[in-house]
Amino acid sequence: MADVKKIATRDSYGNALKELGAAHEDVIVFDADLAAATKTGVFKKAYPDRHFDCGIAEGNMMAVAAGAAAMGLTPFASSFAMFAAGRAFEQVRNSIGYPHLNVKIGATHGGISVGEDGASHQCCEDYALMRSIPGMVVMSPSDDVETKAMVFAAYEHEGPVYMRFGRSAVPVIHDEETFTFTIGKGEVLRQGADVAIIANGLMVAEAVEAGKLLEAEGIHAMVINMATVKPLDEELVIEAAKKCGKVITCEEHSILGGLGEAVCGVLSEQCPTPVRRIGVNDEFGHSGSAAALLKQFGLCADHIVEVAREFVGK
Amino acid sequence: MTPEEKKQLQINACKVRMGIIEGTHGAKAGHPGGSLSAADLFTYLYFKEMKIDPANPKWEDRDRFVLSKGHTAPGLYATLANRGFFPVEDLPTLRHLGSYLQGHPNMNTVPGVDMSTGSLGQGISAACGMALAAKKMGKDVRVYTLLGDGEIQEGQVWEACMFAAHYKLDNLVVIVDNNGLQIDGPVAEVMSPYPIAEKLEAFGFEVARIDGHDFAAMEETFAKARATKGKPFAIVMKTTKGKDVSYMENQASWHGKAPNDQEYAVAMAELKQKLAELEGM
Repeated sequence: MADVKKIATRDSYGNALKELGAAHEDVIVFDADLAAATKTGVFKKAYPDRHFDCGIAEGNMMAVAAGAAAMGLTPFASSFAMFAAGRAFEQVRNSIGYPHLNVKIGATHGGISVGEDGASHQCCEDYALMRSIPGMVVMSPSDDVETKAMVFAAYEHEGPVYMRFGRSAVPVIHDEETFTFTIGKGEVLRQGADVAIIANGLMVAEAVEAGKLLEAEGIHAMVINMATVKPLDEELVIEAAKKCGKVITCEEHSILGGLGEAVCGVLSEQCPTPVRRIGVNDEFGHSGSAAALLKQFGLCADHIVEVAREFVGK
Repeated sequence: MTPEEKKQLQINACKVRMGIIEGTHGAKAGHPGGSLSAADLFTYLYFKEMKIDPANPKWEDRDRFVLSKGHTAPGLYATLANRGFFPVEDLPTLRHLGSYLQGHPNMNTVPGVDMSTGSLGQGISAACGMALAAKKMGKDVRVYTLLGDGEIQEGQVWEACMFAAHYKLDNLVVIVDNNGLQIDGPVAEVMSPYPIAEKLEAFGFEVARIDGHDFAAMEETFAKARATKGKPFAIVMKTTKGKDVSYMENQASWHGKAPNDQEYAVAMAELKQKLAELEGM
């Protein structure tokens, strides 16, 4: 595993934006004084006349992007998840969501892997907030390859999209040559019938690792990458539940309102199945290195294995 | 402006005011006060200033208008209807279940509405985005946005003003309807936004101060706005809330209340009399 390439999905986002900008003249990018961190700076360097810094004013930025979309451009608006989904929630809801304008929100620094900055910047509520807006697509990629495909898919999609990217480097688990991405479609990464592990974002690589560790213990886990939180791939969730009878969700987000609750919502109505939600429990994060925090909050393969072992009863 | 042209604008504005009364009476709700104060501005924009085509409301090269003070939708709707975007007869369906005339402007249901608004402070930002996009796309499109003097208490308005000046949006005109009243009372007492014009100047706007019921002043000012290059233009217009309905004038209580049947009859009688006088001139 020493040779596995690692790259943060925020870096992948910046690179993807640059490629997208080369292909499409109508792509413009807004940032709120964080271009160096959100990596929209990569796009800015290539296309300075299509990148607009809005200063530290995220609410204005979102409604400005809405206006630009109303004129027919395809704006990508970026900030940290905390400010894109949190601070500017009402602008996103009323100026982008309600008129269903074609704005793509590229939110970086999602979850506790923000690390040292601490709780004020560790957004674990963005899926919940964005899912609640009618017509909003909500996604988070697992790696570099998926990020690029997602950014291009978001461009092709007509309507508002929220994408969450991470600060920390994550392993590249997909093969760019063969990978295809469809909004709203989950991806089965491992077959198994004892328990289904449904993950997204940086938890996908952990879930894959957990799948291998469980296999060594004789527990056959199905592992699913559910990059799209909304619209959820209900068909796949139900199929996995029927096949395994037990479901574990894994997300770098509060267990309230995110992927876990989305899966529970589908299953409780259409295929009642026991579920365990792995995520950030109802608490704030704190400062520390990303790796230490992820371990402390149980957002790691070892914890998934523990939960699965107890759940399956072996 | 010729006397004939001015008279025609006054006639149209009077019809817009009648539409506001029809709409809010039909809705048994809505915001007549700030709609009436801005009726002359709405009329000037849609009957004189803006490049629009009622037969083709989505025409790409049209000028844009964003009603940042979205609660005065009855005024915008009455203007659009009288300008031919949709039937005047539909105005009383305002706010009704199933009507396309939503309580606040919805760009996806109302022909002629360029941006969905209602949550104060956001429309001006959207207008900035439109003006910026028009420049980037090389379009000769001008963008107009109307704000309330209470609305400018929202911090986002000033974020947008910074943006407009920073990006030299000289195709943008920001208009503040200074009728002096908001829901809780006089703006000066609730949370004073004054001095308004000086603030806008400090933020980098070219600013004009006019009487918001004077069409000749509007003609002169909008010409000046078109001639201003390299910076955004703002108009602070002094107006009378509830203008031309005697019992509504300068009454904060008529901010968000509909006339009952009796009040409706009085308002319509007053406006009909004014219209008859104008048409008889």
